[in-house]
Amino acid sequence: MAQFWNQALGIHEQALNLFGRRARILASNLANAETPHYKARDIDFRRALARAGSDTVALRHTHAAHMDVMGGSGGGAVLYRQPTQPALDGNTVEPHVEKAEFLQNAIRYQASLHFLGRKFKGLKLAIKGE
Amino acid sequence: MSLFSIFDVAGSSLAAQNIRLNTTASNLANAESISSSTEQTYRARQPVFGQVLAAYDSAPGVSAVRVLGVVESQAPLRQEYQPDHPLANEEGYIFKPNVNVVEEMANMISASRAYQNSIEVMNAAKQMMLRTLSLGE
Repeated sequence: MAQFWNQALGIHEQALNLFGRRARILASNLANAETPHYKARDIDFRRALARAGSDTVALRHTHAAHMDVMGGSGGGAVLYRQPTQPALDGNTVEPHVEKAEFLQNAIRYQASLHFLGRKFKGLKLAIKGE
Repeated sequence: MSLFSIFDVAGSSLAAQNIRLNTTASNLANAESISSSTEQTYRARQPVFGQVLAAYDSAPGVSAVRVLGVVESQAPLRQEYQPDHPLANEEGYIFKPNVNVVEEMANMISASRAYQNSIEVMNAAKQMMLRTLSLGE
């Protein structure tokens, strides 16, 4: 049954999870735009999604606080952004960059949602057979 | 739902920027509070921000803002020789606060922009969650 859902819904389920995760990270960046020594972070979305979609071998977590091995499964590591103009107080958040990324991320999230909604509609149609 | 922690993070930012606006208001209001000794004179106050892990989210890369404390500026006070002033000391000097009005105005604008940014983040997150709730309808 799980395999059926994976095939029916495609990559969008994993994409939604990743978009959600990225939204939280970008929101933290924006919230900490004035915090001294804060370093802006982000995930490599393409690699994370490629990982989430494929069946990679992962290390088993025996505790909730265990971290992912760099480059391991679980959707990619959280990296540090390279700033074009770091602030004097050691902060590397550039609000305009983060805001653009956040909005883009939100739109992509909604696009994935839209695709998922359409898939459900298609499935409903197939079940009813009208 | 994991998106809930965005409200936590953006809310912490709102609180922090609010404190920053309050200290700026206090500094600007007291910019000309004259006194007759260095101890009694008002000194400019600035909040110090620090990052803290969000309360309901331990995922890597997610952190909220916290005001670690409010520090008083160590810049020298403005000392002026005005023997006619009612608050002048024996040597005829009065002391003015070390508030830099231009700096405070820049601070105020920066704080209100950051506040607006956080509100927009909250609105976007709200939209995302509402759309998710109506998935498949």
